[in-house]
Amino acid sequence: MLDVATQPSPVTLDRDAPILEIRRLRTEVPTSHDPIVLLDDVSLQVHAGRMLAVVGESGSGKSMTFLSALGIAPPPCRVAAGSVLFEGKDLTRFSPEELRRLRGAGISMVFQDPLTALNPVFTIGQQMVEVIRAHRAIGRRAAWAHATDMLARVQIPDPPGRMHAYPHQLSGGMRQRVLIAMAIALDPRVLIADEPTTALDVTVQAQILELLDGLRRETGMGLVLITHDLGLVARYADQVAVMYGGRVVEAAAAGPLFATPRHPYTRALFRSIPRLDAALEEDLPTIPGHPPNIAELPPGCAFAPRCWLRGARADCETERPPLVAVGEAGHRSACLHWPDMAHAA
Amino acid sequence: MPLLEVEHLTRSFTRRRGIFGPSDAVRAVDDVSFTLGRGETLGLVGESGSGKSTLGRLVLRLIAADSGSIRLDGTDIVGLPTRQVRALRRQMQMVFQDPYGSLDPRMTAGSIILEPMRVHGIPMGERHRRLEDTMRRVGLDPAQAGRYPHQFSGGQRQRIGIARAMTLAPRLLVLDEPVSALDVSIQAQIINLLQKLQRENDLSFLFIAHDLAVVRHISHRVAVMYLGRIIEVGPRESLYGTPLHPYTITLLSAVPVPDPVLERRRSRIASFGEIGSAAHLPGGCRFHPRCYRARLVAKQPGTTAATVAGETLPQRCVEHDPALTPLASGHAAACHFPELPETRSPIAERALTLTQELA
Ligand SMILES: Nc1ncnc2c1ncn2[C@@H]1O[C@H](COP(=O)(O)OP(=O)(O)OP(=O)(O)O)[C@@H](O)[C@H]1O
Ligand SMILES: Nc1ncnc2c1ncn2[C@@H]1O[C@H](COP(=O)(O)OP(=O)(O)OP(=O)(O)O)[C@@H](O)[C@H]1O
Ligand code: SF4
Ligand code: SF4
Ligand SMILES: [Mg+2]
Ligand SMILES: [Mg+2]
Repeated sequence: MLDVATQPSPVTLDRDAPILEIRRLRTEVPTSHDPIVLLDDVSLQVHAGRMLAVVGESGSGKSMTFLSALGIAPPPCRVAAGSVLFEGKDLTRFSPEELRRLRGAGISMVFQDPLTALNPVFTIGQQMVEVIRAHRAIGRRAAWAHATDMLARVQIPDPPGRMHAYPHQLSGGMRQRVLIAMAIALDPRVLIADEPTTALDVTVQAQILELLDGLRRETGMGLVLITHDLGLVARYADQVAVMYGGRVVEAAAAGPLFATPRHPYTRALFRSIPRLDAALEEDLPTIPGHPPNIAELPPGCAFAPRCWLRGARADCETERPPLVAVGEAGHRSACLHWPDMAHAA
Repeated sequence: MPLLEVEHLTRSFTRRRGIFGPSDAVRAVDDVSFTLGRGETLGLVGESGSGKSTLGRLVLRLIAADSGSIRLDGTDIVGLPTRQVRALRRQMQMVFQDPYGSLDPRMTAGSIILEPMRVHGIPMGERHRRLEDTMRRVGLDPAQAGRYPHQFSGGQRQRIGIARAMTLAPRLLVLDEPVSALDVSIQAQIINLLQKLQRENDLSFLFIAHDLAVVRHISHRVAVMYLGRIIEVGPRESLYGTPLHPYTITLLSAVPVPDPVLERRRSRIASFGEIGSAAHLPGGCRFHPRCYRARLVAKQPGTTAATVAGETLPQRCVEHDPALTPLASGHAAACHFPELPETRSPIAERALTLTQELA
C-alpha cells in the first residue's frame, strides 16, 4: 500500500492546499543513552476556514506537537526531524526572532492553562495592548481601541469597562474569551486552541465553541482544537487526528472517523464513553491497562498491550505500523491489520 | 426508611471582596432536602459553584451545617457530639476528584489504604488481611503496596483512593468528581469498578459530577443543583427523558453527543449570560436572569409581566422563589412554569428530541 500522506507531496497551489502542514515531525529529549522520543513521524494539515480536531489520551503528544511546530517546545525537548510548512516556508529553519514574530501574528495559540496565561498584576487592557504593540507599529491609543474591539468581537459585555479589569475579576469563561481575543487580535491565519474549554461548565463551553466556530467561518482562519471531548469533535470538526503514544494513529474527516473508525484504539475509545443518547447497559466497554509511558514504548505498535484486535499476531509487537491510506480518500490509519476490523465485532 | 434523609440543609460562607472590601455571605447550600436509599446512587450535577462539594462535605460532617437535619438510618447526625461523629465516619467515606492532590506523596499506597483502619483501631492482623483483600477488589496488585503514589498511573491512583474509602466497609460513599480528571478509557474502568463495588456491598453513592452522560450512566436518581438549591430531582429515566426545569433542559441541550450526524442536526438552547453568583442571588427564581422559558411565558397573553433590567419577565419569576414541587412520580422541579410534556415550549421540544428518543 502506498503511503501518500507521509511522503512529501509536490508543492501545489490549489485552493485546498493546507495553510499549515506538519510533516514527519519528531521531537526528542536527549539523554546520555538513546533519546526519549516524544513525537515520532507526526504529520498533520490545517486548512483555511476549517477545523482540525486533535484528540488522544493525556500524554499522547497533542500539546507537544504544536509547541514543537511553533518552536516553543520546553527545553530539553527539541525537534529532531521533520518540517513545518506555513505559507510555503519551513518554520523549522526560522530563527528564534522570526518565530517570535510569527507567533501571535501568523499563527497563534490559546494555551491549555488559562489561569497562568494571564498576568494577575496587569489589567486586561494593558496586557492586550502590549501584545498588539509587540507585533504592530501602532500607538497606544490605537492599540487600546483595537483591543476594545476585540473584546467586543468575543462577545464580552461592556468591553471599555472590562479593559480596566484585572484577570481575577473575571469568571473563568470571561478569562477564556479574553485569551481568545488576544489570540485573534493580530488576525492570525491559524489559531491553535489547546483544550480551551476543559475547565468550563457545559453551557459556557458551548458559548466559547460557538464563538471559535463563528470566527473561523468569518475570517477564514484555520482552527486547531485540541480536546478530550469527542462530543465537541462531532459537532464542530472537519478533520480529526487521533494521537496515541506520540504518534498520529488515525486521521480522517469527522464523518467517516466516527462512522467507520479504522484503528482499534479509536473504535475502543468511542465505545468506552458514556453517551447521553446510548442505551443503558450495566458495564461500559473498557480499554484494559493504561496509556503508555512514552519513555518505555514497546518496539512495535504502541497500542499492542491494550489492543483487542491483536490476538496472536506477531508483527504487532515487532513492526511499528506506518500511517497509511485506508479505503476512503484522506482516511489514514496506523494499524497493520485494519482490514480485519470489519470482521471483528 | 431510606439510608440517608436530608432536610432543609443550609450552609453559608462569608467571603471578603478584596482585602479591605465588604464581606458578603455566600449561600453555598440553601435549604436542600433529599433522600438516598440503600444500594442507590443519587447523581448530583450542576455548574461550578452550585454547591455540590459543599453538600457532600456537609453530609459527611466534614463541615458543619448552619441549619437543617441529616439522618443516617433515622439518627440525626447534625447534633451528634464529635466523638460519635468518628464512629459515624466508618459508615460514610469520601472519594475525591484529584487522584494526585488527595494522596500524601510521602506515604506508600499500602499505608494510605491502611490509614483509616489505624485511626479506627482495627487490629493489626485484620488490617493487613483487609488491605490485601481491598486492593484486589479494586483491581490493584497487593504486591505494589510498597510503592508511592507517583509510581502509579492516574487511574491506579484513583483506585487507591477508592480502596482507602472501602476498607472500613462503609455504607455510603460521597464521590466528588471521581472520574473527572481521568482519561476517557480509564473513566470507564473506574465507573465499572464503582458499580461492581455497589452491587457486591449494597453501597449507597452520592455521586457528584458535572458530566451529564457519566451521571446518567451510573445513577438511579439524579438531582440538579443551581446556585445552592436543588432545582430538579427525579428517577434517571424521567429526568433525562422528560426534564421539567428550564435549567435542566438548557444543560442537556448543551451537552454534545459524540455522533456527527445526530449532533449536527440538533438544536440547542443558547443560554443567556453565565452562571450567577451565590453571593448575589437574584430575587425570585434564582435562574430568572438566564431563563429562556420566562422570556417566552412573559409574551403569552394573560401573563402578569414585570420589567427587570430592561427585560420583560413573568412577575412570579421575578418576585417568588419557586419551591421544589412534585410533578410526576418521584420527580420534582422548582419552577413556576415547568416544561410539562403537554405544554412544552417548542424550543425545548426541539432541544429534547434527541435525548427523549433514547432516554
Ligand atoms: N518539559 C518536558 N520534558 C520532558 N517531557 C515532556 C515535557 N513536557 C511534556 N513531556 C512529555 O511529552 C509527552 C507529550 O506530552 P503532551 O503535553 O503533548 O501531552 P498531551 O497529549 O497534550 O496531554 P494532555 O491531554 O494531558 O494535555 C508526554 O509523555 C509528556 O510526559
Ligand atoms: N470554605 C469556603 N469559604 C468560602 N466560600 C466557599 C467555601 N467553600 C465553598 N465556597 C463557596 O460556596 C459556593 C459553592 O461551592 P462548591 O465548592 O460547593 O461548589 P461545586 O458545585 O462543588 O463547584 P465545582 O463544580 O466548581 O466543584 C461557591 O460560591 C464557593 O465559592
Ligand atoms: S497494529 Fe496490531 S496491535 Fe496495533 S492496533 Fe493494529 S492490530 Fe492492534
Ligand atoms: S420560575 Fe420562571 S425563571 Fe425560574 S425557571 Fe421557572 S420559568 Fe424560569
Ligand atoms: Mg496537552
Ligand atoms: Mg466541587
